[in-house]
Amino acid sequence: MTGPAVPDTAAERRTDGPPGQPLLDVRDLTVTYHSGKIPVYAARGVDVALAPGETLGMAGESGSGKTTVAMSLLRLLPAETTVTGEIRFRGEDLLEANWGRMRAVRWAEASVVFQGAMSALNPVQTVGDQIVEPILLHEKVGEKVARERARALLDSVGVPSRRIASYPHELSGGQRQRVMMAMALACNPDLVIADEPTTALDVIVQAQILGLLTDLVRDRGISLIMISHDLSVLASTCDRIAVMYAGRLVETGPSREVIRGPLHPYSRALAGAFPTLGDPASRLAPGGLPGDPPDLREEIDGCPFAPRCPEVEDRCRTGRIPLVEQGDRAAACVHVPGYDEVVRHG
Amino acid sequence: MAEPVLEARDLAVTFPARRGQGAARAVDDVNLALARGEVLALIGESGCGKSTLARALVGLIEPDRGEIRYDGKPLQRSRSGMREFRRHVQLVLQDPYGALNPRQNVHDAVAEGLRLHGQRAGLTRRVAEALEQVGMRPPEHFYDRYPHQLSGGQQQRVVIAGALTLGPEVLVADEPVSSLDASVRGEILKLFLSLRDRLGLAALVVSHDLGLAWNIADRVAVMYLGRIVELGTVEEVLLRPQHPYTRALLDAVPSTEEKESTAVLRGEPPDPTAIPAGCRFHPRCPLRATLPEDAAQRCLTDIPVLPAAVGDHQVACVHSDLAARPPLPVADPSEVTT
Amino acid sequence: MSAPEQSPARETPVVEKAPSRLVPVGRFVVTVLRMPSGLFGVLVMLAFVLMAVCAPLFIHPSDLSVTQATGPLLSAPQHGYPLGTDPAGRSVLLLVIWGSRTSLAIGVMATALTMVLGAGIGLIAGHYQGRTGRLLMHVTDWFIALPSLPLAIALAAVLGQGATSITIAIGVTSWTGTARLVRAQTLAVEARPFIERARALGATDTQLITRQVLPNVMPLILVSSTLTVASAILSEATLTFLGLGDPTSVSWGSLLNNAFMQGAVTAGAWWYLIPPGIAILIIVLGFTLVGRAVEHALNARVSPR
Repeated sequence: MTGPAVPDTAAERRTDGPPGQPLLDVRDLTVTYHSGKIPVYAARGVDVALAPGETLGMAGESGSGKTTVAMSLLRLLPAETTVTGEIRFRGEDLLEANWGRMRAVRWAEASVVFQGAMSALNPVQTVGDQIVEPILLHEKVGEKVARERARALLDSVGVPSRRIASYPHELSGGQRQRVMMAMALACNPDLVIADEPTTALDVIVQAQILGLLTDLVRDRGISLIMISHDLSVLASTCDRIAVMYAGRLVETGPSREVIRGPLHPYSRALAGAFPTLGDPASRLAPGGLPGDPPDLREEIDGCPFAPRCPEVEDRCRTGRIPLVEQGDRAAACVHVPGYDEVVRHG
Repeated sequence: MAEPVLEARDLAVTFPARRGQGAARAVDDVNLALARGEVLALIGESGCGKSTLARALVGLIEPDRGEIRYDGKPLQRSRSGMREFRRHVQLVLQDPYGALNPRQNVHDAVAEGLRLHGQRAGLTRRVAEALEQVGMRPPEHFYDRYPHQLSGGQQQRVVIAGALTLGPEVLVADEPVSSLDASVRGEILKLFLSLRDRLGLAALVVSHDLGLAWNIADRVAVMYLGRIVELGTVEEVLLRPQHPYTRALLDAVPSTEEKESTAVLRGEPPDPTAIPAGCRFHPRCPLRATLPEDAAQRCLTDIPVLPAAVGDHQVACVHSDLAARPPLPVADPSEVTT
Repeated sequence: MSAPEQSPARETPVVEKAPSRLVPVGRFVVTVLRMPSGLFGVLVMLAFVLMAVCAPLFIHPSDLSVTQATGPLLSAPQHGYPLGTDPAGRSVLLLVIWGSRTSLAIGVMATALTMVLGAGIGLIAGHYQGRTGRLLMHVTDWFIALPSLPLAIALAAVLGQGATSITIAIGVTSWTGTARLVRAQTLAVEARPFIERARALGATDTQLITRQVLPNVMPLILVSSTLTVASAILSEATLTFLGLGDPTSVSWGSLLNNAFMQGAVTAGAWWYLIPPGIAILIIVLGFTLVGRAVEHALNARVSPR
């Protein structure tokens, strides 16, 4: 291979499988942690689909289940966790795959940019070694070729390639995050999962990283799942948004529409926490929600948001509130037009 | 104009050189005044010195130059002087769980300030009042709880209650909501506003979040590398920014509107141990990249200062007359050499 | 924990009672006793302390006197002498019980000395990190470099034989470990934001150390104390065995010393040689288990869930 590797097979790979098949199709995903004495119901009945090249943002606060869902896609959860449902990656159910197949999928086909780059990077290995490692593991190339690719990757993420010999603590926060992204792209995956990629970063560095992510994803035709609690970050970077609360999906839809006109009261509250500068409605009027998210160790009957919802009714407190579709949007709320029909038809 | 309740005059804080690094001029010639009952947001990125400035204003850090004034009088650095000062100006920190002693229950954590000052009369009653002020009702319900049994929002309320027991006039808050969940932030911010309305409390809120300034502040000061570069009311600074750095900050805020692509400011936030000559922002300044050679040279030779602390919209830019002319042109500052 | 945070203002007067301080202590004790290690350790400790305190009630001086002993000389366990007799005819069982008094007393006193010295120096060195701290750490390092056993022997030789000199010798040679431990913990505690908060509220250095740092270092000190008692008892036995103790007083170390000197090994008198050793073993085990249980209980209180 001459020169740095270019993902020339990216375009070809995108046509794998029957046309129109989603790259990722998650159905009824339910995750229960058994790490302590009491089981924690971290995710309940989550349905997510992602087309090739599409970007999806998963919004929610701590305890919403968004990181759980993302980690479960690559089966990165602790061994004692129960995971049920289907996770179809290019038609193949990953929950049924054996470990050999999972190892192959991990990183070569789907990779993760972890939260908190400082702890996710090994402090005693150079940055170059950490990028080269997955390349050597997954592809039959020599050390030299792998190093060349690492240099090219660092360039593509905006880190001078001479930094290949630096240790993580020698880099700034923004540079470490870029290195994480270079690592995630090392094996030319089809899917990248970015878990809170900009949370600890300042506004300007955040804008740089988001811009970089958008460019990389677009140039290489990668699908992206971005997890964040910041709706405005997701709205500016992703095509679609899925809002999670207490382990359940409460709203999905195109990101601009969800942010401008949220259907679910929780999405409305979440959007209100990030005011638009210049909007007189939020001037000296912070939006917030009293109370706390529910305890995930208890089985919740009815809508999990009911205790804090400003529009709660009696019927919200019992039974399961299904997702009601409205065009390409959906929300799990009794106030969504069309809810009654959905319930009636079962 | 009434006397500001808390003021920094020509303040400078320098951290001494350590091995491998030069001295860090964290705060340099800062003039800032907080009026009674006002909420002032101090906005900047990491390394700009805002946290250092906040701690100097609360008396936790001794400045190398300049002075802090409370109610018009300079701060007495004697033991009794500082104790007196602490009854008027209090601090709220970023990490509410870390800010509470894990061995103290809520009652003791809130009573700590009173105990330290030897004011034990009616202790529990004052604790209960403070807890009610921050919305934790009924107070007795919480006395025996320990920090790890509380949610993030409740922990921060306890910290604020602890600060209120001494009856301060000013609260200095360093990133008070950035480690809290998004939906909880609003509640704590509302609390700040209600404390201002009910108790006349002034607040200096340090943050990197411009939205927070929009939500609760009257005025905002933008800080870059140890200096204040722009100061004014929130409407003026956030809607009609004049300093190129403020504009860059505002452009970087993610939004769903389709924007004509504005170049995001390049480069890393620089290092307080290696401060550029002249205007500190000049290596990254998008405005400077559009200027002719001789004008651009002034950015290296002249040091822009902010006019006196009390006044209207102020900008620390050598070319403030030019900067005032919107819109800011798109330029690639990576071509600008230092 | 969604408490009613927005209820309307009340008319009733505010309750004046602060929460009781005894409740957390009670809860802590129960947590320790719930653990098998804690329960066993506490029972062992209590048994030995009880035994040591009550010994004068059932042991007469004549039982301990070499001249007044009436039992058979160095005989195996038999009726009336459950652990046999020593060469002077004294009951070994009574000797071991009496010996616990000295061993425990010296163990506890030496530990107290160690703790006060070590924790005090550690706290100050950790809090005042400038010249004072560095000076204290240099002193500590110097003491660590000194070999403890020869130092203890030299000290005992200078101060004369007896319980006091042994106590001092143990204290002077053991404090360094505690000092370093406490200093490290002090540094860790002081890096946390609540220290800054206390300063902002107006705490002086003394108030910071006593009210904020010490309660957070106390768990470490408590655990360290229980383990230090165990090692102090061992040290006492060693030093007494080497002949530095008061020759007239009875302690486990002196029993072992006498047993060796008087040829218990060659005579095959296991009942004279083994019981003191087993007593030391059991009590050291007891204190160690209590130390671990206390550590678990304290950590359970601080960390969530």
